[in-house]
Amino acid sequence: MSRKAPEPVQVVKQRRDAALNALVGGVPYINFMGISFDRRGDELTGVLSFDEKLIGNPILPAIHGGVTAAFLEVTAVISLSWAYIWEDFESGALDVEALAAGNLPRLPKTIDFTVDYLRSGLPRDAYARATITRAGRRYASVQATAWQDNKDRPFAQATAHFLMPRPDLSND
Amino acid sequence: MTADKARIARQFIETIPHSKALGMEITALGDGMAEITMPYDERFIGDPKSGVIHGGAVSALMDTCGGAAVMSHPDAPAGTATIDLRIDYMRAATPGQSITARAEVYHITRSVAFVRATACDDDTDRPVATATGAFTVEGR
Repeated sequence: MSRKAPEPVQVVKQRRDAALNALVGGVPYINFMGISFDRRGDELTGVLSFDEKLIGNPILPAIHGGVTAAFLEVTAVISLSWAYIWEDFESGALDVEALAAGNLPRLPKTIDFTVDYLRSGLPRDAYARATITRAGRRYASVQATAWQDNKDRPFAQATAHFLMPRPDLSND
Repeated sequence: MTADKARIARQFIETIPHSKALGMEITALGDGMAEITMPYDERFIGDPKSGVIHGGAVSALMDTCGGAAVMSHPDAPAGTATIDLRIDYMRAATPGQSITARAEVYHITRSVAFVRATACDDDTDRPVATATGAFTVEGR
């Protein structure tokens, strides 16, 4: 009797990074905005790299409120999708190579999205994390927070509701 | 709203880098009402399979349009910032069609403007999204 040997670290990392890359890399809007994701285990942090085109108020200057909303929305939907497919690609039920080839499962759809602006977004990089507060079979609730210099002083917060894909319709 | 104020508001909005990056164009502006169009662009796609525009781009359009409506209001002397914005997504926008948002200030106090907005594609009977928001009234 022996336990299954743990997978080599590079196998685990390669699989998870490939799955994340498949989820994020294929979305043109995420690339357009310059958003990327840092991964630590299953924890994701959205990174918004500052660019001149993200400015909404050239006089202050400040990041556009729409950019802030979009950044939180991208972070919320990617974090929720990531949690949704995590077990399936970890167990092998979802083939990572098929994912990488663009064969993504159906993903959650945004029902509504509320953003609170707490302070103005400065012209520099921003970070965001999302928490899934409810993961139901049909509906999910997600909260997201964005910060810049100091994580304890977020510049925006959001609450979003999502419609989860129905497994019985998984073949479109 | 005076012609001069309309011109200043329009100029200000048209020089916003992010609105320019998204190709936004003001189609109507004045007296607390704004209408802004965003063309379909493959760079804004959120779902590569269907080609549907990402909700984030719609949020940016709603926010810009809401802010423009506030700036065009006769009782709003200067700039504005979003306090909060809620967006309801009714359906996916049809790929290939531009999205037009229309926002109106339905109430304004000395410090806050309350805004409603609707976004439509070519099928104007079925909105893609609606939004409500509170904006600051600055410079008074």
